[in-house]
Amino acid sequence: MEVLHIKNYEKTGVLSISNLRLPTDDQLKKGVAIIECVQEIPCNPCVAVCPVNAISMEDINDLPKADFNKCTSCRQCVGICPGLAIFVVKVKDEKALITLPYEFLPIPKVGDIVTALDRDGNSKGDAKVVKVNQKEKTRVITIEVSKDLAMEVRNIRV
Amino acid sequence: MRIRNHPIIDFKKKREISFYFNKKKMYGEEGDTIASALHANDVKVLSHSLRYKRPRGFFCGIGKCSSCFMTVNDIPNVRTCITPVKENIKVMEQDKGGELPNKQFINKDKKRIDVEIVIIGSGPAGLMAALAAAEQGASVLLIDENHMVGGQLVKQTHRFFGSREEKAGMRGIELAVELMKKVVEYKESIQLMLATTVIGCYKGKKRHNLIAVQKLADGDQLFEINGHKIIVACGALENMLAFPGNDLPGVYGAGGVQTLMNVYGVKPGKCVLMVGAGNVGLIVSYQLLQAGIMVDRVVEAMPKIGGYHVHAAKLRRCGVPIYTSHSIKEAYGKEKVEGAVVVKVDDYCQPISGTEENISCDTICLAVGLTPSIRLIEQIGVRTEFILEAGGHVAVHDSSMQTNVRGIYIAGDSSGIEEASTAMIEGQLAGVSAATSLGYDKNASEVKRKCRSALKVFRSGPFGEIPRVGKEKIACCYRNGGLTY
Ligand SMILES: Cc1cc2nc3c(=O)[nH]c(=O)nc-3n(C[C@H](O)[C@H](O)[C@H](O)COP(=O)(O)OP(=O)(O)OC[C@H]3O[C@@H](n4cnc5c(N)ncnc54)[C@H](O)[C@@H]3O)c2cc1C
Ligand code: SF4
Ligand code: SF4
Ligand code: FES
Repeated sequence: MEVLHIKNYEKTGVLSISNLRLPTDDQLKKGVAIIECVQEIPCNPCVAVCPVNAISMEDINDLPKADFNKCTSCRQCVGICPGLAIFVVKVKDEKALITLPYEFLPIPKVGDIVTALDRDGNSKGDAKVVKVNQKEKTRVITIEVSKDLAMEVRNIRV
Repeated sequence: MRIRNHPIIDFKKKREISFYFNKKKMYGEEGDTIASALHANDVKVLSHSLRYKRPRGFFCGIGKCSSCFMTVNDIPNVRTCITPVKENIKVMEQDKGGELPNKQFINKDKKRIDVEIVIIGSGPAGLMAALAAAEQGASVLLIDENHMVGGQLVKQTHRFFGSREEKAGMRGIELAVELMKKVVEYKESIQLMLATTVIGCYKGKKRHNLIAVQKLADGDQLFEINGHKIIVACGALENMLAFPGNDLPGVYGAGGVQTLMNVYGVKPGKCVLMVGAGNVGLIVSYQLLQAGIMVDRVVEAMPKIGGYHVHAAKLRRCGVPIYTSHSIKEAYGKEKVEGAVVVKVDDYCQPISGTEENISCDTICLAVGLTPSIRLIEQIGVRTEFILEAGGHVAVHDSSMQTNVRGIYIAGDSSGIEEASTAMIEGQLAGVSAATSLGYDKNASEVKRKCRSALKVFRSGPFGEIPRVGKEKIACCYRNGGLTY
């Protein structure tokens, strides 16, 4: 039988850091959009929404690519992405601010302590909610965790 | 069993409706079907099988599988999943072959409708076909057997992929409302008939002939409908999987469960095993979590996840595991599902003994593919072919969506399984083509060109490969009269 080349995330549904293009430390300090969309699917709202054209794509089936230098960490792409695949990460001193999409109840309030979860759904300890945008049904929430979790935490449990 | 709080859908409490199930008084809510009202009362067993008296529940939730047959006000074989619950109706379990009551319940004359274009099915394909044909200037009759328009859109709470023009970012539920608004704007040219099932389809010289039954409060009404052009957009039905216990109430189609919770606001159960990690399996699992229902795991017989990674990732970061190279071995339970055994499978999908694992769950969702609905068009002599990539037997059609029977068009899932976005474009293409063949032309060739190029874009990525191959084979069959494997 032909040997199948199956990527690990195709088996598990979980990306590893090595599947992603990573920003430099300086770019992280400024705050950047991390796009965890790694398959060629026909989709491009992220490109259309970005006010500074920081996300590019050759055609609609191409992978979205964020220009970390152009990105102003405005968070608009986080709420628009139908795949819930974009996160804005900003490192500030010993803390990381992670902005993520959230589609569950209850909706946390600013100041609440919630559980931070990684891409596997495992708990990574507490996170403080610092911003909640409720304009759309897909809420955009910013949490604060310790700096070393910047590229690990991708969900919350309230 | 009712969902009251939901992050995406607003489930308001509605007026109570009382009805009788096996002579016991129960309450449903306005908007419920009989099956959803029974489910809300925790009644999952709707009948027993004729020979072995095995309990039976519903499966598809969209009127396609007949597993929800019950006797309602003495009339047998009523599909309770698409029949609205009404005040004081008497719903009975039907444990023997249905018998028509003695009383004559049809004593009305057949009515006749003549129209330019008839569209069967008001899903994304049918709705877009109606709008496109009306925009060209044609008069249209849009028929659906459900009591609401939208087909599968009305249960899709996730946002669509695609580009702005294809409504990316919108949820199916919002899209159904938007399209319906447009249909109302065209009320001069689009006539809508809901709760109407097309049961017969006959070929004519100039016009084709349909027989339809409309459910009315005072009994059913038979219609003879004559149309110059007919667009069939009847959608698809969910596939079953063979395993011991697959007939237990609690083994549902994933789409059936999606209908129950997202349209009627009723939970299918407390803990779910999802079988199949294609997009439908992944999306419905996530929506189960949103409705506050536990998903134990997703099992997938293939060595890799078939759906989009972004859908899988959403589920994984909520803590739901996905087991690839695993399948269901059996479901067990007395009157309904109490648990399941899952097993690891080898490269040939054969179970590996010794790897069985027992899971306790009250619901098993099957998301193992869809089969195009072609029963109606077969009646009229449309040529069909078995094309695996298109989901099974499909109608062969040309690039304008016309079949080998002149004047009969096909669109959406009935012409090969794809998704809502492509169903909409195909519907538009069929609508414009049917209208132009009647002599209407408002920039029609430009609209058709746009549709074809949009379809090409959707089918050009790696995930578009299967439908692309399916459509290529359909085109081959149309031109060359068949496939030689
Ligand atoms: C259960 C299910 C869940 C799905 N979930 C998703 C999803 O989450 N996301 C996604 O992108 N795709 C999903 N799909 C894929 C689906 O193929 C498309 O989204 C899309 O709905 C197909 O559109 P359509 O218009 O061809 O068919 P449908 O939307 O199925 O519409 C067909 C309509 O025809 C009516 N009809 C059928 N027969 C008759 C008759 N004889 N007389 C009168 N009316 C009739 C039906 O009542 C129905 O309203 C799902 C499909 C199914 C079956
Ligand atoms: S965060 Fe704002 S600027 Fe950065 S990529 Fe997203 S939309 Fe563009
Ligand atoms: S909007 Fe989201 S899913 Fe779509 S291409 Fe952009 S990142 Fe991927
Ligand atoms: S027909 Fe009602 S459940 Fe399938």
